[in-house]
Amino acid sequence: MKHTISVLVENKFGVLARISGLFSARGYNISSLAVSETLDPSISYMTIVVDTKDEQILEQIKKQLNKLIDVITITDFTKKEHVERELVLAKVNCAQKDKAKLEAVLKKYIAKVIQFKNNVAIIEAVGEQEQIQALLTVVAKFGVKELIRTGKIAIER
Amino acid sequence: MTGAQILIECLKREGVEVIFGYPGGQVLPLFDKLYDSDIKFILVRHEQGAAHAADGYSRATGKTGVCLATSGPGATNLTTGIANAYMDSIPMVAITGQVKSFLIGNDAFQEADVTGITRPITKHNYLVKDIKDLARTVREAFLIASTGRPGPVLIDIPSDVQLQDTEFIWPEEVEIKGYKPTLFGHPGQIKKAAKFIVNAKKPVIYAGGGIITSGAHRELKALAEKIQAPVTWTLMGIGCFPATNELSLGMLGMHGTAYANHAITEADLIIAVGARFDDRVTGRTDTFAPGAKVIHIDIDPSSISKNIRVDIPIVGDAKNILGELLEEIKKKADTSAWLKTIDGWKKKFPLKYKDSAGIIKPQYVIEQLWDLTKGDAIITTEVGQNQMWAAQWYKYIKPRTFLSSGGLGTMGFGFPAAMGAKIGCPEKQVIDIAGDGSIQMNIQELATCVCNKINVKVVILNNGYLGMVRQWQELFYKRRYSGVCITSPDFVKLAESYNAVGMRVTKKEDVRAALEKMLKIENTVFVDFHVEPEENVFPMVPAGEAINKMLEGLA
Repeated sequence: MKHTISVLVENKFGVLARISGLFSARGYNISSLAVSETLDPSISYMTIVVDTKDEQILEQIKKQLNKLIDVITITDFTKKEHVERELVLAKVNCAQKDKAKLEAVLKKYIAKVIQFKNNVAIIEAVGEQEQIQALLTVVAKFGVKELIRTGKIAIER
Repeated sequence: MTGAQILIECLKREGVEVIFGYPGGQVLPLFDKLYDSDIKFILVRHEQGAAHAADGYSRATGKTGVCLATSGPGATNLTTGIANAYMDSIPMVAITGQVKSFLIGNDAFQEADVTGITRPITKHNYLVKDIKDLARTVREAFLIASTGRPGPVLIDIPSDVQLQDTEFIWPEEVEIKGYKPTLFGHPGQIKKAAKFIVNAKKPVIYAGGGIITSGAHRELKALAEKIQAPVTWTLMGIGCFPATNELSLGMLGMHGTAYANHAITEADLIIAVGARFDDRVTGRTDTFAPGAKVIHIDIDPSSISKNIRVDIPIVGDAKNILGELLEEIKKKADTSAWLKTIDGWKKKFPLKYKDSAGIIKPQYVIEQLWDLTKGDAIITTEVGQNQMWAAQWYKYIKPRTFLSSGGLGTMGFGFPAAMGAKIGCPEKQVIDIAGDGSIQMNIQELATCVCNKINVKVVILNNGYLGMVRQWQELFYKRRYSGVCITSPDFVKLAESYNAVGMRVTKKEDVRAALEKMLKIENTVFVDFHVEPEENVFPMVPAGEAINKMLEGLA
């Protein structure tokens, strides 16, 4: 099961290495990780998605993260009402004549074409991971040349 | 002030009396200022010795130990000692020189990414790139190292930062956003724990190094006596409860006493304090204390429910929480039947060894040492059979009198740690119980001892083997003694060549006189006891087995 955890950390060099090192040293896997500054530039925000069935491991991950000196607070979104989003950029094969068809598909999702050149559309999609997954299945019919995802970010409702 | 001056001023204000270290190119500015300072500097012969000495100093005194090394190889040589302190939660500040800040990342001469290398083995670490951060960093480092669950903190300082100039501002208070150790237990949880304790008929207190760190030994004794519960302890907990007390069960776990392991297995309540349920203690976790509720008191929340499911977790400082528990507990269910059962186990399965007339048994040497010192000495150990015999056969009655590498199991720890302990407690006898293998790992520190008149004693239990590995090969690998037969130099001549004193004992009847003589000599002494080569440490729980399934050897 995937768990989304957000970690507020001091914005210092080496913090990311501390956090990722903690995961690797204990053999936990990170599914996705997104980092950015907060409104306060001395503090950064990390959204980490971990995949584990074991509640005890999840508990340890949170406790171990809390133990790091640079970590200020931790929020586990598993049992909290929250909004999650992920951004995807993809290059999709699309002949000129099929452009309308592609745009019609994208309309159903929070997605759009941001560039169209030489029968390739660069599309942008924002949504929950399930929605993104559904969109990608549909778009796959066109042929996806390249794909990049930010990983999940989350905020409490 | 220059960076070097600031550092030394900060160390003085932190109350640092002694630094163990080794010079080198990237710490020259520091050494230059150290020359004028009244902080005592002990020049070791290998940086690993510096880290272990700082560690031993800290374990013996409760103060934060400080070690110092240059960049690159100096710093990497410290790492075993840092990891050792990390595993055993010892407050330590390690200072390393780094190449000039503009050379960092250029693969400069004697450059190593020391903050990167030590990240997983320090509580926290710093690379000081701006001289303006230096004083604050030192203050934070000492705060972090010595509070909460203590541990080593490393400060890496480029040599140009040591030379730069700035105004010295001493930060009286430092505030670290993400660092607020919990010191007082949750009152509701304490009440709940008290209720469990009051109703328990077969309680066992399982005490760890946290008791010693927090200075909670008096509270522990008061609690044990008030609730009439037997006390067992971890290797790190040795000394937290007087081994001579009738409620004492001795150490538990892999080489613990049979009665401690039986008591844990039969208990209806475990009161774990400052202990982390290490695998050497629990054995197979699904058979550990199967019928017991577990109360776990620890300052580190991540230690709770890590290995063993806990019924009542209480996060906080052991001294505070035990004090509050004592207040809370008014009367107690009768435990006399339980204590009688335990007494039966003590009589049925005592610690024992087969003594012999001629050959020296290692256990006998340690018994005699106890008899001569009556617990009024600081014992350090190396790692292996010597360590386990030292844990089993010497009776520790005070905290900070048994210094041993618990978590990491570092051979070569005992001798430099003894050096540090002796500097911290010059009035005490400090004795390293060693094996012939382990002592050779940091034997170079003989020179440090002699030059600085650090009068420590080394009892070598010389069996010609790497004893503990040999024991495992005997029991689990059909006596195929692979890579364990170790030869040694002539320890007597070796000691003498360093201007220390060397003695050799090959007969049982000479043991006591040799120990008596050793304790009287005002110099570093090596006593080489030629002991039974194939003596084993018993009882022994095979790794991964239930702790009441012991190999008795002699039973």
